Amino acid sequence: MTIADPAPVAAPAMDAEEAVRQRQAQINRVAKWTLPSLVMVLSILAWHLYVTIGEVPHYILPGPLLVAQQAVEDWGLLWSAMMITTRLTLLALAMAVIGGVALAVLFTQSKWAEMSFFPYAVILQVTPVIAVAPLLQIYVDSAFVAALLCAWIVAFFPILSNTTIGLKSADHNLQDLFSIYGASRWQRLRYLQGPAALPFFLGGLKIAGGLALIGAVVAEFVIGRAGTGLGLASTLLEASYRFNFGRLYAALLLISGLGIVIFACTSLISHLLLRKWHESAIKRDV
Amino acid sequence: MTSNGDLAARLSARAPLMSLQSVDKVFAGDVVALRNMSLDVRAGDFVSLLGPSGCGKSTALRLIAGLSHPTRGRIAWADGQGADQLGVVFQEPTLMPWATVEDNVWLPMRLKGASKASVRDDIHDTLRLVGLENFAEAYPRELSGGMKMRVSIARAMVTHPKLILMDEPFAALDEITRFKLNNDLLEMKAKIGCTVIFVTHSVFESVFLSDRIVIMAARPGRVIREVQVDAPYPRDEAFRTSAEYAGHTRAASDALHEAMGEAA
Repeated sequence: MTIADPAPVAAPAMDAEEAVRQRQAQINRVAKWTLPSLVMVLSILAWHLYVTIGEVPHYILPGPLLVAQQAVEDWGLLWSAMMITTRLTLLALAMAVIGGVALAVLFTQSKWAEMSFFPYAVILQVTPVIAVAPLLQIYVDSAFVAALLCAWIVAFFPILSNTTIGLKSADHNLQDLFSIYGASRWQRLRYLQGPAALPFFLGGLKIAGGLALIGAVVAEFVIGRAGTGLGLASTLLEASYRFNFGRLYAALLLISGLGIVIFACTSLISHLLLRKWHESAIKRDV
Repeated sequence: MTSNGDLAARLSARAPLMSLQSVDKVFAGDVVALRNMSLDVRAGDFVSLLGPSGCGKSTALRLIAGLSHPTRGRIAWADGQGADQLGVVFQEPTLMPWATVEDNVWLPMRLKGASKASVRDDIHDTLRLVGLENFAEAYPRELSGGMKMRVSIARAMVTHPKLILMDEPFAALDEITRFKLNNDLLEMKAKIGCTVIFVTHSVFESVFLSDRIVIMAARPGRVIREVQVDAPYPRDEAFRTSAEYAGHTRAASDALHEAMGEAA
């Protein structure tokens, strides 16, 4: 469904417009990958030339070769830091999914629960996590757990809010039909509200994936500062104190890479779950 | 004077499957959606509710379906019947987009706890009835508007309910598709032997389909009169162009105009 059919070789009398469209589609398929790759190569080249020709000192801006060299040299350190950040982010995301979905289900089952607790979910969301992080550090012994809570707070709201809307968005006639057939609450949730909420939930998951990483990075900046040696962001901060800019950039690139991988994964999950039926995942012919 | 025995026999022979007895429905703000509506529907009837918008035909359907309750009056069911043994078809196909045709038709039985394997034959027989036996695995988005409506009808019929409620099911379809579905609906009804209450605002459709047309007027929603269409079934395309059909259409049309006049 995602891969367009190959152009028919000996199509009988394909009209000119259709031929142009086919050719355009083929060009687009190639350009989709080559253009961004080209931009990346050119940017790295420009970066390299700027640093070497302009004789920029490495503590202001290290060249791409130095960053690569440092990444190889520090690989052991960077890899273990990345594992910590990855674990932090994924755990926070998993907790956000469980907490967000559970609370959304509770909200749709009980209006009273929603009225009572939704404002506090909003407060949790709008309070900047960077202001909360130092407090968590005081009240929670484990730096990892404190960072986890930070990342969870930022990641959970989009899932809660999207899933709540999704659960309520089921077609009204279908809801009536379920009433006529005497569906139980559980059946309604499982066969109607759940599937109807899925595209909304997955939209929330994509946002939450990025936010969980941001939350983890913020938490590491604030909490990792106390020498607890958390993940990539702590490494980055520490490298900046030591003017080790090669390592700093290597850590930065790994954080970006992690973000990209998380986004790609959540997009893939979303595509796989929706491709059969949801408009957003269906490729149109013309 | 007839003897008691005769009277009882006659009454039971004509005992309605479902009857509305002096039903009022008043919404908040004293909006009278229905006033004093009485209607007897007997097994095998094809009753159309015909009238302008706001005449309470959809409200009546919701009351019969048990989705809301009369403000005054009552709805009586024949023994062993009830609002929980209905089939319903809405104006939109109202299918679950995430489920295949087969799974959509399975829904009423699934909600009663039946596994798909145990009712596969019912599902496929019903899909054959509506002419979609080759589309069991398709998703709704892959179907045309008319085909989606057929799935919706299959879902309503799969449990072989005594009574099927249809709320302007073909209003959004093109005329060619609508005529075809009208023909097929009568055939399906004859095959499974159900009773139908059909809401429409098309005089032509109501005459073609029904043996009784209940003409309703708006503000407040009420029954003005009942028109009998005593043409025999099966009715086919020839009926659609017959003088008889034209005559019934004129009668229903006149009655409707009268109803609108009275309302105005």
